[in-house]
Amino acid sequence: MITITDAQYIKDEITGENDIIFCKLNGVESSVPLDVNNSDYAEILKQVDAGTLTIKDAD
Amino acid sequence: MALIKVKTRGTENVVGAGKNLIINGAMTLAQRGTSSTADGYGSLDRWKMTYGGGGTLTHSQQSLSSSDTPYTLGLRNYMRSTVTTASSAAGLYAQLEHRIEASTMAQSGWNYTSSSSELTLSFWAKSSLAGTYYIQLRTIDTTEYYYSKSFTLAANTWKKITCTVAGNSNLVINNDTGHGFTVLVAPDYGTTYTGHSQAVTGAWYNRTLNAGYFPNYAQDWFGTAGNTFEITGVQLEVGGNASDFEHRSFDTEMEKCERYFQTYSNTLWQGTNEHAANYSLYLDGYFRKRMRATPTATLIGTVAIGRPQVAVSQRPNSISGLSEEGFFKCNWPSSGTYGGSLGTHGDAYYRMVVGAYPTNRIDFSAEL
Repeated sequence: MITITDAQYIKDEITGENDIIFCKLNGVESSVPLDVNNSDYAEILKQVDAGTLTIKDAD
Repeated sequence: MALIKVKTRGTENVVGAGKNLIINGAMTLAQRGTSSTADGYGSLDRWKMTYGGGGTLTHSQQSLSSSDTPYTLGLRNYMRSTVTTASSAAGLYAQLEHRIEASTMAQSGWNYTSSSSELTLSFWAKSSLAGTYYIQLRTIDTTEYYYSKSFTLAANTWKKITCTVAGNSNLVINNDTGHGFTVLVAPDYGTTYTGHSQAVTGAWYNRTLNAGYFPNYAQDWFGTAGNTFEITGVQLEVGGNASDFEHRSFDTEMEKCERYFQTYSNTLWQGTNEHAANYSLYLDGYFRKRMRATPTATLIGTVAIGRPQVAVSQRPNSISGLSEEGFFKCNWPSSGTYGGSLGTHGDAYYRMVVGAYPTNRIDFSAEL
C-alpha cells in the first residue's frame, strides 16, 4: 500500500479551483491530479474515506 | 496486418503482431531504474512488485546468460526478486503483478463469459528454492473473480510454465481505460492469507475471506535472505495453447510502456513567469505519447529554473495543469532556499531545466 503524507491542495491561479494535490508518495514529493482514473488519486480518496489521511486546503 | 489462426490442441489461437497482451514481457525496459526496493512499481516497466507484512525485497532487471534456456529462445533479460530481509510472519506476502487495461482485455477477442473460450498464460520461471508456487488471474470490474493454478519448480532451474483458463459467465470486464485484469505470480504468501477452502485452484471464484487468496504454501521462500525468484518471457494470449513468445523491438515496447509511464531528463521547457510573486512558470509541456490517464508527476534530483545571464535560484517542486497530453505549469515554494519571487515584474521568459538521467528526472505515471 502506498504511504501518503503531507497532502495539500494547490490551486490554479487563473480559475481559483483546486488543480492538484501536492503530497509525498512513499516519501517522494509528487503532484497528483484530481482525476479518478489516476491510481494515486484513487488511493488518496480511499485513505481520506477511511479517515487515515487529511488533505490541507490550498494556501 | 492479417491475422492467422493456428490449430494445434485446444481452442484456436490468434497469432501475429499484438497477440501478447502483456507489455514488457521480455523484461527489456526499466525506465525507473534497474533495481529497486519499492513496494510497487520501481524497476521493470509495467511490473508491480507488491510485498508487505514483514521483510523486504529487492526487484531488479538482470541479463540472461547464453547457457540459460530462455536465452536460446531470443530472450535476453529477466526480472529477479531477492529477499533482502527475511521474514516468516503469517501476514507477509510477495507478488509480482501485471495490471492490464480493461479495454485491452475487452477487445482482445477472448469471449470471457463463455466457458468454451480460452486464454493462455505462459512464462519462464526459476527459484533458488524448490517448491510449489502459484499463478493467479483476476478480473476486477463489478465483483472481483480469481483463478489460481499451482506450478512446481526445481531449485535454480528455468522452467516454462503454462496456464490455460476458460471464460466464466460471472466475469465482467468493462470497455474502458481502468484496471480490468491482473496477471499475478506469487513467490510467497503467509498463512494469514492462505489455507481457507475458498481458495480453490483451477476454477474462478469470488474471494471474500482474508485466508482465501491461495492454498497454504509448502515452502517458506521469504524466510531466508538471499532467496531469489526469477521470471521472463511472459505472454498472455487468446486461445488454448501457449504459442512461441512474441518478440518485439525496443521501440515498439517503449511506445506501449509510455502509455503508462514516461520520464524526461536532459531537457528543458521554455516558459513565462506571468507575475513575479506567482511562484510558477507557464510552460508548453507536451508528452511524447498520450497517456492512459492524467498522470502523477514526480520531480527527482535537480530540476531548476534558468535564464541566460541571470542568476536564478528557484527550483520547482510540483507540476500542475496536468492532462493525458501534457502539462502547462511548474510551481515552487513562496520562500526558502529554492523558493520566492522570480524577478521583480513578471512577464519574463525563463526555462525549466532537467539534468542528466537517471538521477535527475521528471517522471509521469499513469500506471494502473
